[in-house]
Amino acid sequence: MHIILISIIALGALGIIGSIMLWGVSRRFHVDEDPKIGLIEQLLPGANCGGCGRSGCHDFARACAGASSLDNLICPASEPGTMQKIAAITGLEAKKSDEPKVAVIRCGGSCDKRTRFSAYDGPASCAVANSLGAADGNCPFGCLGCGDCVSACKWHAISIDPSSGLPVVDEDACTACGACVKACPRSIIELRRKGPRGMRIWVACSNREKGAAAIKECKAACIACGKCARTCSHDAITVSGNLAYIDPQKCRLCKKCIDICPTGAILSANFPPKKNISTTE
Amino acid sequence: MWNVALALLPATAVALWQFGIGAAIVLTASIAGCMAVEYIINRFMLRRRFTLANGSAFLTGLLLALNLPSNLPVWTVLIGCIAAIGIGKMAFGGLGCNIFNPALVGRVFLLLSFPMLMTSWPLPAENIWNYTDATTGATILSILKSDPAAASSVGMTAELTGATGGSMGETGAVAILLGFIWLLWRRVISWHIPVSIIASVAILTAITGGNIAVELTAGGLLLGAVFMATDYVTSPMTHKGMIIYGLIIGIITVVIRRWGAYPEGVSFAILLGNGVTPLINLWCKPRRYGETGKRRAVA
Amino acid sequence: MKTFSIGGLHLPENKLTAGQPVERLPLPAEVTLLLSQHIGAPARPIVKKGDTVMRGQLVAEPSGALSSAIHSPVCGTVSRIDTVKTPQGLSAEAIIIKTDESRPDALCSLSPCSDVVEATRAAGIVGMGGAAFPTPVKLTPPADTQPDTLIINAAECEPFLTCDHALMLADPDGVISGIRLIMQATGVNHCVIAIESNKPDAIKLLRRLTASIPGIEVMIMQPRYPQGGEKQLTEAVTGRMIASGKLPAAAGVIVHNVATARAIHRAVTLGEPLIERIVTVTGPALSRPGNYLAAIGTPLRTLIEAAGGLPENTGKVIIGGPMMGRAAATIDSFTVKGMSGILVLPSDLSSRQPEEPCIRCGRCVSACPMGLEPYLLSTYSRMNMTDEAIDALVANCIECGSCSYVCPSWRPLTDFIRIGKQRAISVLKSRKQS
Repeated sequence: MHIILISIIALGALGIIGSIMLWGVSRRFHVDEDPKIGLIEQLLPGANCGGCGRSGCHDFARACAGASSLDNLICPASEPGTMQKIAAITGLEAKKSDEPKVAVIRCGGSCDKRTRFSAYDGPASCAVANSLGAADGNCPFGCLGCGDCVSACKWHAISIDPSSGLPVVDEDACTACGACVKACPRSIIELRRKGPRGMRIWVACSNREKGAAAIKECKAACIACGKCARTCSHDAITVSGNLAYIDPQKCRLCKKCIDICPTGAILSANFPPKKNISTTE
Repeated sequence: MWNVALALLPATAVALWQFGIGAAIVLTASIAGCMAVEYIINRFMLRRRFTLANGSAFLTGLLLALNLPSNLPVWTVLIGCIAAIGIGKMAFGGLGCNIFNPALVGRVFLLLSFPMLMTSWPLPAENIWNYTDATTGATILSILKSDPAAASSVGMTAELTGATGGSMGETGAVAILLGFIWLLWRRVISWHIPVSIIASVAILTAITGGNIAVELTAGGLLLGAVFMATDYVTSPMTHKGMIIYGLIIGIITVVIRRWGAYPEGVSFAILLGNGVTPLINLWCKPRRYGETGKRRAVA
Repeated sequence: MKTFSIGGLHLPENKLTAGQPVERLPLPAEVTLLLSQHIGAPARPIVKKGDTVMRGQLVAEPSGALSSAIHSPVCGTVSRIDTVKTPQGLSAEAIIIKTDESRPDALCSLSPCSDVVEATRAAGIVGMGGAAFPTPVKLTPPADTQPDTLIINAAECEPFLTCDHALMLADPDGVISGIRLIMQATGVNHCVIAIESNKPDAIKLLRRLTASIPGIEVMIMQPRYPQGGEKQLTEAVTGRMIASGKLPAAAGVIVHNVATARAIHRAVTLGEPLIERIVTVTGPALSRPGNYLAAIGTPLRTLIEAAGGLPENTGKVIIGGPMMGRAAATIDSFTVKGMSGILVLPSDLSSRQPEEPCIRCGRCVSACPMGLEPYLLSTYSRMNMTDEAIDALVANCIECGSCSYVCPSWRPLTDFIRIGKQRAISVLKSRKQS
């Protein structure tokens, strides 16, 4: 009997000593944290995507709680109105949130459109392929198709379309956090205004070579002919560095540029289907 | 991997010659079991591409079998396979991710779970056609444990050729040394780990007044030093680290053999060595080119 | 025989073209001079379409301290300045000159210049071992260093390549003259010509010719890769290590390639700018592999045709040696100053094996000549762990490819370490600025 008693006393004593030590340690190393941080963090998506430029949601919450102004703090991944709620917690004024953005791929060089002159058999990483040169596509600006953006996306919003070899953005899942923009070694991905009912028009090419060289490399290249810029009645299109760019703020979605583009390098999304107009996404 | 399997050929042949039908059954069960467990886990749990072709599951099965007595029932062997591949390797993420040597995890699992089965060593030669009903006897190390004076009663010839009781692969010292020479010649392993283990055991045995020749050839020391401790995944990267690792294993082996409860401690020693390998890798960095000692990598 | 002490490999030599004499190729009908043949900013063209140029005439001038001049290797007319492809498949500006067959290819020599550094700059000489670092910069070591040894790099440790070997046999006097000019320019009075022992004829020849010259010695090196690396060679010859991030001059040495020495000789004594070089065109399936003296700007196709044409089963064409060279994305490109070889590999030798998991065998660690841990660095790089990679000294990597070569799991270690190194260097630079 007394063996059991001794064991109970010994183990109990050990437990008590341990708990006293734990208590002491937690007191000794206690860090006072602003209770606001916890509240703000609850509002955030918690994916630690890094879209805000901080190392994670907790870091962003700490930045919000300690900030004197919320002007430079924005969580692009959370749903609309979150910054207003954070503002209410911190007692600061939230900047009026930007219009929702979405990632667009500025390359239309699908398998059938771009010429290939070599086969790339290196590791399936865009960063490596880019460091070794042009990889298998002829175009040194176009999508490498190894999927660095896919693995960078914490929201599973990007996938590579096997038929075209290009990434496709699921716009409902995309939070415009910008992780893919950073991951792309050729800076093909751009965060653009989502547009009314998701309607938007963009130049799906990043090739900065002269027209003759560009068209040799890819049938869907922007050859910087300037037709779109001349046609645009809203002054939204500029051609610089052998590449056209459509300013999303000025674009009125008239779609004239799409019809005039000789190579089909300008794409649109979410327009209602009309005859004679091909919409591609 | 296949090179290591080839190097185990002499030891396997000795096992078959000395332990006959039992050895054949345990070997087959163990290799088939390990490969089957790896296949099932890859196919149904991890849903990855198959990895049988790299030979690591085959090798684990072979090594596990060589670490078992030849009269072990098939079901026990299969449990060992599940422990080796399932717990020892795949639970960590498959080849290259495990901390402990899978074959040893399997063996130690069986040793702790079925101590009776795992320590009844069939006597060699007279049991060629017997399997689970083989006559058994004590190994030289357990004789030594109970009566240190009896060491001289065992002939060295038996130790070298494998005509003694013990796990299947650990008895023939000559066969293992043949494998060692092959591995060195093919540059599969470097000499650092086996030599430092064997040297540290020899020196410690000499200091503590044991019989060096018996301590070196008996038990799983040679098999462990040449084939188990040198497993790439679970041993250190740099030569300096390898020597430290070998010393740790050698010292622990002698400590367990001398003062521990078990007659044999190589398996435990190697597993403990595996456990400190990440630390050794952190301390023993290669000699850097053009770096002064001041900047030390913090990994 | 001396060699370096950390890591290294003994590679199969495969020097198919060893001992073959240098063969001069006829001038091509058109040369294409890339404006970026060197480290640093591209050269600025000073000719325009329709201009006639002489052989040796300056056509593009350096646009910065690390830039380099470019001269026409032919007499002819500038047909256009256009965008062409580099061997890597990237676009680059180039001057295209049509050779005038009727005119004699008389050399328009450089204006005589007694100052070696100035003459080297005017001749547009860059390091011809592969890195194409402008030579005048290397000839003027920083004032706070006191170099005492000149090392002439004739190790040629890359398998297959034999251009330096052929050069030493073809023009040993030019090499020695170049060495004396470098010694004169840098004030160093001790020179070591480091040659690996697999070139006994070159060793014998240079020993005989330098026997009477005080201060120049020929040192036989044990063949080991990457002995031709500047850092490895310095340690092998002098026993001193170049501290990380420092120039060889900080360790008291100056390292020049043997072909660079000869180019300096031709620039200073003959007034000939760097307009041609020896290129080893080799490969197991080529019918006429050899060492070809080609004008800079010669199409790669011309060189491969000279060596017997592209074989049927070609898998990869590699610019440079098999270890450090890069696979060409296109062979519709042109010879540049730093191009030491063109290696045509059949597909069964050149294809990559599928990658297996790392089994932590440590072979990459023992092979790394910089004493790094390639398995760690490549994982850090894959996981984007730049800070950890910097702590593990990724910036020291010389991209020699030894780790990828020895890996039994065929892991592309060097490829990933290279991008990790690029990231680390940009992070280190921004840290330095702030």
